[in-house]
Amino acid sequence: MKPMDAILHPDAHPFRHMAWLLAGLALATAPHASRFSWWITAGTVLVFIWRLYIAWRDRPLPPRWLLFTLAGLATAGVWLTFRTIFGRDAGVSLLVMLLAMKLMEMRSTRDVSVAVYLAYFLAITNFFYSQTIPTAALMLATVLLVTGSLVGFNAPMRAVKDNLRTAGSLLLQAAPLMLLLFFLFPRVQGPLWGVPQDAFSGVTGLSDSMSPGTLSQLSTSDSIAFRVKFEGSPPPRGRMYWRGPVFWNYDGRTWRAGVPRLQEGSFEGLGNTTDYEITVEPHNRFWLFALDLPARAPRNARFTGDYQMLSNTAVRTRLRYDMRSYLSYRANGGAEEADLRAALTLPRDFNPRARALAQEWRNTLKSDDAVLREAIEFFRNGRYLYTLEPPLLEQHMVDEFLFDTKQGFCEHFASSFAFLMRAAGIPARVVTGYQGGELNPVDGYVVVRQADAHAWTEVWMGERGWVRVDPTAAASPVRVESGIAAAVPQGTVLPLMMRQRLDWVRSLRDNWEALSNQWNQWVLGYNPERQREMLSRLGFSDADWRQLAQMMFWSVAAALSVMAMWLLLRLKRQDPVQKAWLVFCRKLARKGVERGPAEGPLDYGARASAALPEQSQTVREISADYADLRYGPPAPAQQLRTFQRKVADFRP
Amino acid sequence: MNTQPTQAAGWRKPLRRLLGFSRLYNFLDWIFSRHRPEPGTILLTQRRVYVLPTRQGLIFCLALMVMLIGSINYNLSLGYVLTFLLAGVGIVSILHTFRNLFRTRVRAGRVEPVFAGDTAQFRIILESGAEHDRHSLRLFGRSSHADDAQNCDLPAGRSAEVTLPMPAAQRGWLPLERITIETRYPLGLTRAWSYVQPDMRALVYPRPDDSLLPPPQARPDMGDTLSVGSGTDDYYGMRPYQPSDSPRHVAWKATARGQDPLTKLFSGRAASELWFDYEQLPARLDREARLSRLARWVLLAERSGVKFGMRLPGLEVPLGEGEIQRERCLKELALFQAVDAGDAP
Repeated sequence: MKPMDAILHPDAHPFRHMAWLLAGLALATAPHASRFSWWITAGTVLVFIWRLYIAWRDRPLPPRWLLFTLAGLATAGVWLTFRTIFGRDAGVSLLVMLLAMKLMEMRSTRDVSVAVYLAYFLAITNFFYSQTIPTAALMLATVLLVTGSLVGFNAPMRAVKDNLRTAGSLLLQAAPLMLLLFFLFPRVQGPLWGVPQDAFSGVTGLSDSMSPGTLSQLSTSDSIAFRVKFEGSPPPRGRMYWRGPVFWNYDGRTWRAGVPRLQEGSFEGLGNTTDYEITVEPHNRFWLFALDLPARAPRNARFTGDYQMLSNTAVRTRLRYDMRSYLSYRANGGAEEADLRAALTLPRDFNPRARALAQEWRNTLKSDDAVLREAIEFFRNGRYLYTLEPPLLEQHMVDEFLFDTKQGFCEHFASSFAFLMRAAGIPARVVTGYQGGELNPVDGYVVVRQADAHAWTEVWMGERGWVRVDPTAAASPVRVESGIAAAVPQGTVLPLMMRQRLDWVRSLRDNWEALSNQWNQWVLGYNPERQREMLSRLGFSDADWRQLAQMMFWSVAAALSVMAMWLLLRLKRQDPVQKAWLVFCRKLARKGVERGPAEGPLDYGARASAALPEQSQTVREISADYADLRYGPPAPAQQLRTFQRKVADFRP
Repeated sequence: MNTQPTQAAGWRKPLRRLLGFSRLYNFLDWIFSRHRPEPGTILLTQRRVYVLPTRQGLIFCLALMVMLIGSINYNLSLGYVLTFLLAGVGIVSILHTFRNLFRTRVRAGRVEPVFAGDTAQFRIILESGAEHDRHSLRLFGRSSHADDAQNCDLPAGRSAEVTLPMPAAQRGWLPLERITIETRYPLGLTRAWSYVQPDMRALVYPRPDDSLLPPPQARPDMGDTLSVGSGTDDYYGMRPYQPSDSPRHVAWKATARGQDPLTKLFSGRAASELWFDYEQLPARLDREARLSRLARWVLLAERSGVKFGMRLPGLEVPLGEGEIQRERCLKELALFQAVDAGDAP
């Protein structure tokens, strides 16, 4: 008989289980640490150390009143820090402190479960801030560790690495179910209700006004504004003007949008169209980007009189839309009397020198055309320096830039140019957006970054409509032709990825970004449209949520039954020794020597060898081997193989 | 008793098979069957392993719902991923919990006799019968609290012994009550359990009282007037003194010489024989008190190494000695039922 293994143990929570649980919870909390005020981080670390000490020294847990006092203090602290206890940051802070308090009253396995669920919550709140691949990997590690420690509390006698392995196999087996649920769960476009005001803070992007410094601030940001997939080859860089917010009102310092005119802007498209798909990163504003000039607005968006595209809801999630643009056009819409008057308005008492210059052009030159050409020449020959760190300007900003400092960023150029045009009596407006973009050779997407933010002007030339004039291109053609890195003076601090001559870094970056893009497109950007698209590719067009729910149910059930068979039927797998022996018995039974129900192998062997005299030696050998393998001490694998071969070769 | 059904199984088997098509019959069968102890090895088949979520499991579901709603509201794609991953883990853990108990074999082990008022220790043997380890199987009886469950791990292909304590209040046979085997491994979200009642009983002896060994008594039926310990039969030797020896038999002369105390031995039946008779006990004692008294005497007699016999109404245990005699007498005392109701006062 095999040895008894009576393993009885008290229902204790040994130190190592607690230590692993605390490690998992710490990993769940860690990504938030940088986002908290220092006192929350410090307090949480202290509580963790305290709890570890309690578990190590087997000390009693602190009394209830102390916990309640601490919880009250913590809530008050959150309120004092955030001035609210709702909202994203305050909510996450409270969650962390709730977890810390829970640690201090963890007495039973049930409390441990609650702490583990809180850790899952913390892992999910992390996605408010970041949903990148590294975040996902961290989440996976957290879930593995925390689940492993939960297994540990349910099987206290096992080694920690066995518990982690169990947690790992649970996660692996859950993965197919997760995929099915993820792709088939009927998707709803959120939000279901209002989200806290601060839920989308911290996203970068263009602003609804432009003053000196607005865009140059962006130019140090490496983050991606949007990605474009062209049908066919992308147009040359110099023609890629991505239109964003348009500004009409100038107060001497800041350009503002004014009231957008909601009737559709009309224009005449010339030449071929360009088709592409844009995936825009969330920027918490309404505008959508498109190449000058978009033929039509995508779904859930409107087209304004000055050719902006405005989404019906703020872009708070990554958004994908198909676009068609005319790179050549005659933009003669949006030029009613009121529009043109607005495009001529200038604040009084500002920039006398620029006004004088414009007035001089007006007086000496006959046509608007000539004035425009003169102005462009002025910028081209003015020895202006394109720089990210222009000197500070004071009251008469245009004057100071044009005649004194002569150093500026695209917003200075655009702003001054529009000022000059208006002063000369030519309607002008400022357009901001992005210029250029970079082709990622790995996946063929053109990536447009925040650092590509740009500003240019449009002037009304009567017959020819609104004409785009980019004074930056006149002053610093390299900016438009080759991008910002080539345009700024050597030694300027640029985002790492924008710098030139780092080819291996660049190729690494390209690969990583292509991967991130796939991630964005298929994991993060999996929305109701993507789901419809994928299902119709599988042959289920127009599946409504009921069909989806059915598909989800049945596929999960199927996956689960496969898994159940695999997990449960494996139990019945026979001992190889027994299996071979039964084959042997069947062979003998066919010769009429059937084994009695209570007959031992050696007796049976003796009887069979008597019945089959010519095989007697083999029969005895096999039955002796069987008795040895089955009831003897563990034998080497070689002996089993010999036994199996003997049975297979046996021909009674 | 247990062999009865097999005799009648000839025509019942096809009937049961026919009735098996009826859902109601199966349900009632499921409800009402298996209340009798089962002999031999009990295999926990899928029909008798039940699985339901625990309270933690329900809280987990609630947490998942909140996470799902949050993911929808904030359009968190990775939130969906995490929620569905955890949902998958929850679903898969049901299979693991079930598997942790499924096809376990349970059989009765040994149980030692105890005295009434003590705790009987039932040993139950669990056999894995699987290629995977089983963890944290918890066993507890119907009357004990789940918190007092006995915990046991069962490595692949091995067996383990679990001792279930059960209070033995009364003498007689103490059958093992229905026991629950449950497990919440791996995550505590679901509980798989099964009820088993292995055919197993403990013998409970009457609780001995604190009386002393009785004075020597005559056997009336034999007309024998000799009394134990004061026999005047032939002296035949001495042996070292034992605490239970009568002072009258101590060889004082030898002891006075400074030797270790010795006891004089006399040949003759009466010197080392005791008879305990139920009927001879004082009338003020009721039946249980008499049995307690007899149990005490049996213990004392065996300890002092004398031969003893016991007479109960309608039953006589012939003279004997040693542990075997003690167990025999105690068993008779444990199982004694008054033949005549009027016999007990």
